[in-house]
Amino acid sequence: MIEILAVFLPLVGAALAGVIVFMPQADKHKQHKMDTLAQWITCTGLVLSAICAIILFKDVALDGNARVTELFTWIDSGSLEVSWALRVDQLTSVMMIVVTGVSAMVHIYSCGYMHHDKSIPRFMSYLSLFTYFMLMLITSDNLVQLFFGWEGVGLASYLLIGFWYDRPSANSAAIKAFVVNRVGDFGFALGIFATFMLFDTVNLDTIFEAVPGKADATLNVFGGEFHALTVCCLLLFVGAMGKSAQLGLHTWLPDAMEGPTPVSALIHAATMVTAGIFMVARLSPMFEYSEVALTVVTIVGASTCIFAATIGCVQNDIKRVIAYSTCSQLGYMFFACGVSAYSAGIFHLMTHGFFKALLFLGAGSVIHAMSDEQDMRKMGGIWKHIKVTYILMWIGSLALAGIPPFAGFYSKDIVLEAAWGAHTGVGQYAFWLGITAAFLTAFYSWRLLIMTFHGTPRADETTMAHVHESPMVMVLPLVVLAAGACLAGVLAYDLMVGHHMAEFWGKSIVVLEHHKAMENAHHVPLWVKLLPLVVGVAGIAMAYVFYMFAPGIPGAIAARFQGIYQFLLNKWYFDELYDKVFVKPSFYLGRNLWKTGDGTLIDGLGPDGVSAAVKNIARRASALQTGYLYHYAFAMLAGIVVLVTWYLLTKAG
Amino acid sequence: MSIDQIIPALPEIFVACMIMALLMLGVFQKGALADQDVKSFRLISGLSVGVLGLTILLVVMLADRQLMAFNNMFVVDGFATYAKVLVLIASGCAIVLSAGYMERNGVARFEYAVLVVFATLGMMMMISANDLISLYMGLEMQSLSLYVIASFQRDDQRSTEAGLKYFVLGALASGMLLYGASMVYGFSGTTNFSVLADLLKGGTPSVGLVVGIVFVVAGLAFKVSAVPFHMWTPDVYEGAPTPVTAFFAVAPKIAALALFTRVMMEPFGEAADSWRQVIIFISVASMILGAVAAVAQKNIKRLMAYSSIGHVGYALIGLCVANETGVRGILVYLAIYLVMNVGAFACILCMKRGDRMVEQISDLAGMSKTHPTIAFAFLVFMFSMAGVPPLAGFFAKLYIFWAAVDAGLMAVAIIGVLTSVIGAFYYLRIVRVMYFEDAEDPLDAGVSRELKILIGVTAFIICFFFIQPNLILEPAAAAAKALLAG
Repeated sequence: MIEILAVFLPLVGAALAGVIVFMPQADKHKQHKMDTLAQWITCTGLVLSAICAIILFKDVALDGNARVTELFTWIDSGSLEVSWALRVDQLTSVMMIVVTGVSAMVHIYSCGYMHHDKSIPRFMSYLSLFTYFMLMLITSDNLVQLFFGWEGVGLASYLLIGFWYDRPSANSAAIKAFVVNRVGDFGFALGIFATFMLFDTVNLDTIFEAVPGKADATLNVFGGEFHALTVCCLLLFVGAMGKSAQLGLHTWLPDAMEGPTPVSALIHAATMVTAGIFMVARLSPMFEYSEVALTVVTIVGASTCIFAATIGCVQNDIKRVIAYSTCSQLGYMFFACGVSAYSAGIFHLMTHGFFKALLFLGAGSVIHAMSDEQDMRKMGGIWKHIKVTYILMWIGSLALAGIPPFAGFYSKDIVLEAAWGAHTGVGQYAFWLGITAAFLTAFYSWRLLIMTFHGTPRADETTMAHVHESPMVMVLPLVVLAAGACLAGVLAYDLMVGHHMAEFWGKSIVVLEHHKAMENAHHVPLWVKLLPLVVGVAGIAMAYVFYMFAPGIPGAIAARFQGIYQFLLNKWYFDELYDKVFVKPSFYLGRNLWKTGDGTLIDGLGPDGVSAAVKNIARRASALQTGYLYHYAFAMLAGIVVLVTWYLLTKAG
Repeated sequence: MSIDQIIPALPEIFVACMIMALLMLGVFQKGALADQDVKSFRLISGLSVGVLGLTILLVVMLADRQLMAFNNMFVVDGFATYAKVLVLIASGCAIVLSAGYMERNGVARFEYAVLVVFATLGMMMMISANDLISLYMGLEMQSLSLYVIASFQRDDQRSTEAGLKYFVLGALASGMLLYGASMVYGFSGTTNFSVLADLLKGGTPSVGLVVGIVFVVAGLAFKVSAVPFHMWTPDVYEGAPTPVTAFFAVAPKIAALALFTRVMMEPFGEAADSWRQVIIFISVASMILGAVAAVAQKNIKRLMAYSSIGHVGYALIGLCVANETGVRGILVYLAIYLVMNVGAFACILCMKRGDRMVEQISDLAGMSKTHPTIAFAFLVFMFSMAGVPPLAGFFAKLYIFWAAVDAGLMAVAIIGVLTSVIGAFYYLRIVRVMYFEDAEDPLDAGVSRELKILIGVTAFIICFFFIQPNLILEPAAAAAKALLAG
């Protein structure tokens, strides 16, 4: 019952706020009242939902009452049986805490941040709708419902990125996000089909039971025999790559920052983009039986991790830096899953949810204070004016850089230790790239802090005069998230990745005997344990040197290594590459099909040609209609002659 | 001759008597003053509609079984009842439609209504004809009345020209029909439908007989204005006063098509394989010409003329099929055609500017703003004629094409679909002019109450036919069954 409340309260909130959208008030005062009403409805719904999630967490995760609540049958066709069901186990309940918790905070924060916006009810409605879809995704009991939630969050993401639909850049970013995700979703859908083909069901429990029996099954793809589970897992992972912005399908995430900042915090940092990690963890019983798939996950994750971190170091837009940071952190989570340390991945997912949302909302607070300025080159020297935000950003950055005792320290360490503990080649690959990325993470975090808050002010007078601390309604959620960023690691460490983690996760995560990464993670050499911290501190130190004590160095390096600098600044030229390889040819093809194929050929021969012919005949037919009686009489007689002759020739002759 | 022998013809006898009474009433009521003229016009028109209404009752009362009269020259069956009801409704509507127009154009003379009822009587005779002689009698009675009505606005050059053209060509067509009838008689020795049907049952018909049939077909095709005997239609439709055009477009068409169907199905039904190709030719040619030639028209009455040629082509598909489904298709088509055309002509009759009727398509511009309701109704009729679902016109075509496909006449059905696509062009063009072009000089506001009611009722039927299609389908099916049983 309580899970139904938790999942459907946001939907109710979204619906009610949606109704308010369609009741615009001419009077400004009345409109303000309606806006406030929409805010209250959605925030109350989310807070209640978050409370439900906490109760569920205690019941399910701490007391071990994992369960499935069947709502009703959705599809029943042949052997395909799909129900709407809410599956709440340990994995789900952890996710629910993150989703409802961050979402509730973002809802409240939005009341302040979107204060001046013209369509507040629409925004609140979208936010709640997103939360509902995300909850559907994490509570799904079968792959089809998972896909429903998956597409739903995609839709909400599209709507929210393009929320300011009068900005062309927002529209194109929204379309880009949608289209890139389509690539991933196509893989995901194929994965579901393949799974159904293999297991004849889409129900998770049934699949998991049948997996050991199908460990050696093969599947015929394009005429070749392949290990069936590997095919399924790789296809499903393509979906995860799209949603979680992994290398290759990551291009949409930085552009998605066109959306309002609370959206970036909720969807593009804390929740939706982690859906891919959640999916891999959820399907751990399948992935465990495919070494190839796990290797691919590790390599993709580790590569994304370093790739995004390098770009983050040179970006100047405050939100883009955090966006690349998100991309990079998602890479950590993936390679944790790839070395069978699913619990570590989910642990990092949770702590990251808190501190990344904190960073984003803090950045929002900065942007709010700077009159919507996002370029860090035009900030600086404002820490005295917005001290609370400054402190909160410090906490978020400390957590991100992995400094004890903040949350990121615990989760990032366990992820890296697990990678080391895998004792495999790809594990080493992931470990060393992860360490490098940790150094870069610390560096760009402090680069952001210093450029934003310290030094001489680079903004103009009017902006500087207007710099002000955000209202309580924005600061309070930040404080809550900051508490999470401080405490989530230390509190949950033993529970989620400690020695008794198997009891905590129960059946929700399956790891095979011979995958000992998590076990080994607790017995790594001391230097492995300390290395992340050391490089983190080194990164911070370097940022201080570069941007505070010797501000000439970055420029000199950029000038000296112009090639590398441009390469990073242009995001490894991924967008340009895709533009050349996919977008331009598609446009070219589309334009040709349209102009030549449709316009000249089909229209020319079809509609236009036919209509021209019809007009021509019509003119001639009208010309026959002379108005002279004898012509008409002649036509009649000619007609009868033709008819009789024809008859006599064909029938009688 | 005993009294129950003439009972089948009771409705016709009633109408005939009433015509005399109305004529006398009109003649003796007529005064010297001009405005007295209008009064008697109104009175006689009203009474005529009443007479037609009563006749419907009489017709329906006789509906239960097949009856013969006058030595089997006259037949009453379900088919005749169905067709007569349609014709009577059409004539009634035509009289109602004419009221305002006739008064405004100074031709409000009571003879008009009397002539319409006269023509209606002829049509009823045609529908019930069971012999080539009685067929000819009904046909001529109808035609002679129509020639007069066509030139009713006798001080108008176009109207008189229309009447004259119609008369000369009609006489030619009648000649063909009579020639064909004489050939049929010469090769079979009878003119009675029932006897002819029995004769044709065994073996293939002789060449002379079929040539006779082809001549009869030509005569009938003239009456339904099917290609290549259609040439009179656009000129007469354009020249005749608009209410007369409306009348021409519905009642005589229905009667002639009913007669056509009876002649082809009853006496010559057994020889269907011999004449089918002729009907297919006529049907296909009508559909194509009706669709294509209308594209170039600027006058809305001419456009409606080509439209009616096209519609006849579609209806004739049912005759090509020559079975029960085909006949049912024709009958449903006729009923819906009646409703659509009455509605469309009612809309056309709303087109006046400065108290003068206008009839160019371009005059419709901006109608959606000046007459939103009428424009919408007109849109409904045009969409229906184009065959847009779920309007009635779509179903009319659907049943016809269905019958054709069932009977394996795929080519005809495909041509029908293609031509209705082309036809959609000019129907939609009217909608475009009404909705997307601005009027330089808007049409007059006021629309008479009778027109409003007629437009409302017909638009309602067209829109909501699909909810209860059985109201027309079942009687049509019963009528088709009756025809093929007899």
